[in-house]
Amino acid sequence: MAASNRLSVCKTKAGNSKEKIMDGFIAVYIFMLAAFTGYEVISRVPVILHTPLMSGSNFIHGVILVGAMVALGHAETPLEQAIGFVAVLLGAANAAGGYVVTERMLAMFKNGKEQSHG
Amino acid sequence: MDEIRWLIGASYLVAAVLFIFGLKEMSSPSTARKGIVWAGVGMVLATAVTFLTPGESTLFMPLDNIILMAIAIAIGGSVAWIFGKRVAMTDMPQMVAIYNGMGGGAAAGIAAVEFARGHMEGAVIFALATLGALIGSISFSGSIVAFAKLQGLMNKAFRLPAQNAVNIVLAFATFGLGIAIVWLGQSAPAWMLIAFFISALVLGVIVTLPIGGADMPVVISLFNALTGLAVGFEGYVIGNPLLIIAGIVVGAAGTLLTQLMAKAMNRPIANILFQPISGEAQAGGAIDGTMKEILALDAAMMMRYSGKVIIIPGYGMAVAGAQHKVWEMTKLLEDAGVDVRFAIHPVAGRMPGHMNVLLAEAGVPYEKIFDLEEINSDFSQADVALVIGANDVVNPVARADKSSPIYGMPILNADYAAQVIVVKRGQGAGYSGIENALFYKENCHMLYGSAQKAIADVIQNVKTAG
Repeated sequence: MAASNRLSVCKTKAGNSKEKIMDGFIAVYIFMLAAFTGYEVISRVPVILHTPLMSGSNFIHGVILVGAMVALGHAETPLEQAIGFVAVLLGAANAAGGYVVTERMLAMFKNGKEQSHG
Repeated sequence: MDEIRWLIGASYLVAAVLFIFGLKEMSSPSTARKGIVWAGVGMVLATAVTFLTPGESTLFMPLDNIILMAIAIAIGGSVAWIFGKRVAMTDMPQMVAIYNGMGGGAAAGIAAVEFARGHMEGAVIFALATLGALIGSISFSGSIVAFAKLQGLMNKAFRLPAQNAVNIVLAFATFGLGIAIVWLGQSAPAWMLIAFFISALVLGVIVTLPIGGADMPVVISLFNALTGLAVGFEGYVIGNPLLIIAGIVVGAAGTLLTQLMAKAMNRPIANILFQPISGEAQAGGAIDGTMKEILALDAAMMMRYSGKVIIIPGYGMAVAGAQHKVWEMTKLLEDAGVDVRFAIHPVAGRMPGHMNVLLAEAGVPYEKIFDLEEINSDFSQADVALVIGANDVVNPVARADKSSPIYGMPILNADYAAQVIVVKRGQGAGYSGIENALFYKENCHMLYGSAQKAIADVIQNVKTAG
């Protein structure tokens, strides 16, 4: 069977089963702590910053670019390369576009107080 | 090689810290600008060190396809950068939508590459790869539809016959395919994967199609949160903690933001997705009374010789680009001794905070801008409430009429002011298609014309009054 053939080629990251279980739990810990962090950071935000903040978080998940680069870096067949190429393209657009849009929105908050007589 | 791996790991750690720190800074107006710059530094660092990642095939060679990578980054990055720079401030919401969709597409793409390579192992990896692919695809196609709608490329609301049934059937089919893929693992046939991706993409489209009007920002925010989750899941699949942290932080933050927005509109997220507001759901028959027109001169005098004016800006003002004129008028009125304040509904504009951004752009200081909770009790003491291009957010029907589709949505109590002036292009209904009872009230006066022109006329008249 093709599947078992492929599996035998595959490299395992952790040596024994004990380490594997630890690895799995560490990932769950990361998920949990990251979720709390995201929740906490946003929960004390004035309404005026909601849109810029949505835009800012949109920029931050642009880090998918890094994942797309790794995926393209491992791509071998033309199909994989094509999909990987598109993924990097989209990821780069997410990051670059997200940054510019957020930066432009936030630029408007500079010197807001001083402009009251302007 | 170990040194390089260490460098990459350390850089990812620094990037993760910068992302969270940046997000934290962005949550306060005074530090917000620094926040995005810090996060940007993190992104550049993470992207740069990724080029150094050692490949799997040969130990001393970097990743394959480096040149393809650089080309893709150059094209995608520069095109998005240029569009982001050029687009008008009023069009920001759809730009957020489209860039968010691209992130979702990238996440789905990573999953597709991993499926095609066939090096994944273990049910958890498969499940997360599939889930990430599903969420990413829905976010991708859904965001494109959201973009098209806000950009005016597509009809506002479009419902299939038996929409909910179609949604449910397609959702089950997609989940079924996903479960089958996880179950079969590496032996899942190619047609199944292709069918899975296609049905996920179609699902994103048909879920978003019927949604319109004021619900749009909530949906964009929801897709933003979903993309974050997809990024986190794919991060686990490729074993990259930076993606997990950034993705899940955004997923959690985005979920909270979505809830805040939905709450502000008093529309549960499930209703937004499955019971879109439609214009046909007409509220309690015809409304008694007539709309009274007012001339710019009279409007100007009414405000010039009053004590307190509250301005309620809406998307109509933003579309007309009238915020600068409005601020000019405000300064004139203040010079004449009138107390002028701005009341912002949580969903004014197209997104929470969008109107604040537009007013800030025009130079209106924060101290003059008030939230719904802060100012709503003051309307009864105001002499004039000036509604500019806003409609549903001041419709008293939401307060009283249980049959109205917007019943229960918190509104600005403009009708409690002694006099109300509404600047409006024509007599049509609002964004949601619902008649506005405010316009028929005894104390309400309609100033017809585009916000830009109407306010300019008012300014002229205030100036002549001296």
